[in-house]
Parts: sequence; structure tokens; C-alpha cells
Amino acid sequence: MEKVKIIEAPLSKDAARELKAGDIVYINGEIYAARDAAHKLMIGLINEGKDLPLDIQNQIIYYVGPCPARPGEVIGSAGPTTSSRMDAYAPKLIELGLTGMIGKGLRSSDVVNAMKAHCSVYFGAIGGAGALIAKSIIKEEIIAFPELGPEALRKLTVKDFPATVIIDCEGNSLYDSGKAKFRSIKADVLG
Amino acid sequence: MKTITTEQIIGAVEKLCIEANYFLNNDVLEALQRGLEIEESDIGKDVLNRLIENAAIAKRDQMAICQDTGMAVVFIDIGQEVHISGGSLTEAVNEGVRRGYKNGYLRKSVVKDPIERVNTGDNTPAILHYNIVEGDTLKIMVAPKGFGSENMSALRMLKPSDGLEGVKKFILETVDKAGPNPCPPIVVGVGIGGTMEKAALLAKKALMRPVDKRSSIQYVRELEKEMLESINKLGIGPAGLGGKVTALAVNVEVFPTHIAGLPVAVNINCHVTRHAETVL
Repeated sequence: MEKVKIIEAPLSKDAARELKAGDIVYINGEIYAARDAAHKLMIGLINEGKDLPLDIQNQIIYYVGPCPARPGEVIGSAGPTTSSRMDAYAPKLIELGLTGMIGKGLRSSDVVNAMKAHCSVYFGAIGGAGALIAKSIIKEEIIAFPELGPEALRKLTVKDFPATVIIDCEGNSLYDSGKAKFRSIKADVLG
Repeated sequence: MKTITTEQIIGAVEKLCIEANYFLNNDVLEALQRGLEIEESDIGKDVLNRLIENAAIAKRDQMAICQDTGMAVVFIDIGQEVHISGGSLTEAVNEGVRRGYKNGYLRKSVVKDPIERVNTGDNTPAILHYNIVEGDTLKIMVAPKGFGSENMSALRMLKPSDGLEGVKKFILETVDKAGPNPCPPIVVGVGIGGTMEKAALLAKKALMRPVDKRSSIQYVRELEKEMLESINKLGIGPAGLGGKVTALAVNVEVFPTHIAGLPVAVNINCHVTRHAETVL
């Protein structure tokens, strides 16, 4: 049965382990925003043996490239982007201590296996609800790769950031269980 | 002969880029509300309610409905009696996009080269489709296209023997495979016939039709209804979390094709399904 949980970021492995697929969560604290280009650069740094611009241990990365803020606002629209594009990079970061990812959409088996091995959680934010989600971001700071514009690496301070646990540390997936519950299509229609 | 200036075009495109990104069209809002009545999943209902709330926040605070403010797809119908003064039409459209994305605080999501991938910084170039028509007006439609849904789109050159059944299977397979990625509830645009690029363009144009307007061709209308029912039995649901409302509409456009071919394109839009138009 799903529960509503308030969680703190950074997220310890013990706290991550408590989360179950289907839990509704509100995240408070500091998370990092990165998408395709920032991931590629971070993996490049790791491969060269250099330090990352952040201590990845116990961190949550939000897959987002926000809209610019209007003057006086913290951030523009800031909903999740499709996570599968980060699948090539995520296992390495999980191995190094990343305990949470926020995005939308399916993950590869490599990512899920890394999540199970190192206890990391995949959260879903509602795709297309970028204006609503922006209201839970109370501070934004570019910490690296400013030349990437919307893809720069950002530190975000969030308050009651709304998300759902999609895949937990045991590899259970809400996408699978949710779909199975409501699927009524006949196999022959699909071909 | 009627004269339209590039300044008029720049201003119109700027305004349309902003409007399309801030304001959820009424047909979609109504479809989301109808979805609430159909949806049986609690979490699915919660997602639909939040999308409706999101649209209200975007409108109130003049911000983008979604951070992926898209690549600007612009359809221009030019009346053959129209003369354009003041410079290049294509450059005017791109200048309008440039101003709209800057002044509307919209995200710049375009890279200069697909392999080298350096951001152009102003969301240009737009994807332009010109059409010469009768008359003395210039119609501009701006349809910013997000890539969460664009990436889940597909095209297949079916054989004539595959027939309508083959078309149905391809549509369902494409939507099923997309799963939660394109931000369901989605709108599905389908183009059948023509050539490869014509089918893709038909699918894109199908997405411009309001979600509550069915095709005027009877078998196409029936196909649209059947596909919507089937898609909503896939179980994907709002945000892919399981449920009955996976799609809000299936819009199909058809066109004559070659004796040897049956091209089918499936273009997916998220619920935002942005488009705004004006006539100069």
C-alpha cells in the first residue's frame, strides 16, 4: 500500500531503503539538476580521474533543464525530462554513491541492476507539470558548466517537492504494477 | 496584391510562441476534465488534477506550461496575392522565434548541429513549412514541439496487404512502447499515405486538430474512436502510473499514395499539444 512520506535530501542509503515503489513523497533540502550534456561532462571528468563539481555521495539528481526565471522569480517552469537518455551515465554515478534520481519514463535494466546493488531510488515527477513543480523550488544556483545554458549543472533547494517512488532499491516498479492493474487489452489486438 | 511587412510577421510569431507555451488550449483542458470522470486510478486522478492546476498556474503567472518549450514548428499558409516587404520571410519567422523565446522566458532547446550539439542560444532555427494557397492573407501557426513525445514517434512503410489491421497494430505498438516516456495523457497524430515525408507531415498536422474534433471521413472517424479505446486499455495511464486515461485523442489524416505503398507515421504529443495561430 502506498504511503505519503516526507524525505530529506541528501538522502542516506538507510532512508532510501525505506522507500517503496508507489510511495508518494515530498522532498526537502538540496538536490542537483543535470541532464544530457552535464551527465556527459561529469562522466568525462570521472574517466579522466578528476573531481566532480559535487560530492555525489547520498545525493539526488533531478533530470531537468528549467526555463529561465522571470525577474524576481527563482526559476521558470521546471518539470522532469525523459530519464532514459541518462541511462548510459547513471550506473557509474550510482556506483559512486548517488542515492536518488528524479525524472520520468522507463529505465534500462543496467540502471535498475545498479540501483539494486547500491541501493538507489528512482522517483517520478509529473511530466508536463513544470509550472506547478517550479513552485517547490526555492533557490537555484548554477554550480558548473554554465556554458551549457539550460543544461548547466545546478543546485536546487526544494521544499515539498512532489514525487512518487517509481523504482525502489529492490527493483520493484510502479510503472509495471500500475500498468498491469489497468491493462485490459487483448494480446491479438497488439499483434 | 496585398502587402504584409516582415515587422508584422516578426511580431505575430513572437506573440504566438509565447501564447502557445503559456496557455493550455480549451479543448485539452476540457478533455482533461472529462478524463477525471473516466479515470479509475486514484493516483491517475491526482495526476490529472495536478495537470489542470499546472495549467492554471502557468496562465496566472505567465510561465511555460512545461519547461520543454520545444523546437518551434511553424506552418505558414501564404495567399498567392500576398507580397512580403521588408526582407526575408524565413528570417522574419526566425527573428519572431528569437524574440518570443527571449521575452517570454522560454527555454532555448536547439543545438546548432545534431552531432556537435552546441546550443544556438535563441531557439532558432524554426522548422518551417510553407504552403501557397489562394487569397490575400497570411496564416501563421506556431506549434512548439517538445521532444519527450517527439522521441517516441515512429514511421513505418507498411505493405498494402497489411491494410487497416496493420495500421492499427503499428499505432498500438508505438504507443505501448512509448509507455510513460511521452508524458501521458497523450494526443496521437497519425498520417497514413503519401510518401515517407508526407506521412510524417500529415501526422504532425493531425496534432493541430482540436482533440474533440473527429475526421470527416467515416472510416477514419471509426479508426480514431477504436484506436482511442484500445490505447486506453493499455493500462499506461496518467504519467504512466497505471490507469484508464493514456490518450486524450487520436487524430488521423489520410492522403493518396502509391500503388505499392502504405506509409504510416505516428507522431505523439504530450497533453500540452501546443499550437497557436493568427491570420494577417
